[in-house]
Amino acid sequence: MDRAETAAKIAALIEPFNKKGVEISDATTFAGDLEFDSLTVMDFVAAIEDEFDIIITMNQQAEIETYGQLIDAVVKLQG
Amino acid sequence: MSEGIDEADRPSTLEGHGTDLFSKFDPLIEQRRALLATGVTDPFNLVMESVVSPTVAMCNGRETILLGTYNYMGMTFDPDVIAAGKQALDDYGSGTTGSRVLNGTYAGHREVEEALKDFYAMDHAMVFSTGYQANLGIISTIAAKGDYIVLDIDSHASIWDGCKMGDAEVVPFKHNDIEAMEKRLKRIPEGAGKLVVLEGVYSMLGDIAPLKEMIKVAKDNGAMVLVDEAHSMGFIGPNGRGVAEDQGCLDDVDFVIGTFSKSVGTVGGFCVSNHPKFEIMRLVCRPYVFTASLPPSVVATASTSIRKLMHAGNKRAHLWENSKVLHKGLTDAGFTLGTAEPQSAIIAVIMPDLERGAAMWEALLHEGLYVNLARPPATPANMTLLRCSLCAEHSADQVQTIIGMFTRAGKAVGILG
Repeated sequence: MDRAETAAKIAALIEPFNKKGVEISDATTFAGDLEFDSLTVMDFVAAIEDEFDIIITMNQQAEIETYGQLIDAVVKLQG
Repeated sequence: MSEGIDEADRPSTLEGHGTDLFSKFDPLIEQRRALLATGVTDPFNLVMESVVSPTVAMCNGRETILLGTYNYMGMTFDPDVIAAGKQALDDYGSGTTGSRVLNGTYAGHREVEEALKDFYAMDHAMVFSTGYQANLGIISTIAAKGDYIVLDIDSHASIWDGCKMGDAEVVPFKHNDIEAMEKRLKRIPEGAGKLVVLEGVYSMLGDIAPLKEMIKVAKDNGAMVLVDEAHSMGFIGPNGRGVAEDQGCLDDVDFVIGTFSKSVGTVGGFCVSNHPKFEIMRLVCRPYVFTASLPPSVVATASTSIRKLMHAGNKRAHLWENSKVLHKGLTDAGFTLGTAEPQSAIIAVIMPDLERGAAMWEALLHEGLYVNLARPPATPANMTLLRCSLCAEHSADQVQTIIGMFTRAGKAVGILG
């Protein structure tokens, strides 16, 4: 799956978690802009993992701060 | 008697300090300041001036029923336990001043490990200086770089810290969700070492894990299994070995982690295992090697207590009765509890928010009842909880008194209609 296709799927997945309707770009941060708490992060990560059949470990999550970094990571993890 | 202790402490103001390494704590300092400014007693600064029994202490000069101590089996004042501790103080002195692998293993340390092997009917037992260190040491040592740890998201801080201290990949799953755990296990790259970490009783809500199903899934997927039974030892299971024993799957658990600071009634932690190579842990586990061993009096009290807990069937039955009566009494009074049915000796009362939780905590203290106030981020789903842990030494009358105190305090604070 290429980046555009992956990005489109993630855009659909994040919608129910973006409760404040924040405008999302690659530079959007999860902690700062989207105000995700640890439980929201777990549910959102689980949704992505199940959609793409991958694991995003806590170690990898620690490196992902922005929406763009997440898309890049998912593209990479799909191999 | 000692009115001064009831004063809320007042953190110094933040002004004039600029930015330094402590700036990251400003939100928490502000939250505390705002809470204490309401005049509420500091819930995290209580002093027990004297302790009367496993269930009663003096707090702020007031006789207070203890309902938040994890002293499940009430062993802290057992005459045999006290006598063993005093004898060990006389015979071996106040401390070992050394590591278990140097000068810190006395006869008593071996004896308490023998007591644990007998208690669990397992081949190996390793005693740490605290329960926190047992999780920290075992998890960080056995799961190394390239290995995967799959754990429940509601795991205790000592489990998370063990994960962080090691170099393994860490994969959490939704609390008690067997399917979520299985999916993650199946996605782990082939050939990687796998450790599943579970708890028998989760201490925040007092709920238990479906260990039998979860351990089967873990084993089917080639994982080793570690179960923390800190809150079930001595109480749950026919022999008090914990939730895994109760569900008939203890033989499939590779490592049981436990503590002396709950049912055993002193301090210390341990891991028991049947793994044939387990003894090597004594040389490679840094939180075991690089700290002083437990004092002789502590291991002597622990041994005596553990051996008595093997034959504590009547106490276990009374503790279950206490848990059921309190759970029903609080439910009938109109409180929202962490579990629909009593599953352990922990009953969590869910508060609407931190402010009313703290007010309720204080109202209970004025009634003469101590419970734990638990608040985010230690709690699941950012809940504020009044966590009650029952003791086998609570009398039936005390439990009724407790229900009355909760009901009066709940009405005074406006949580009950």
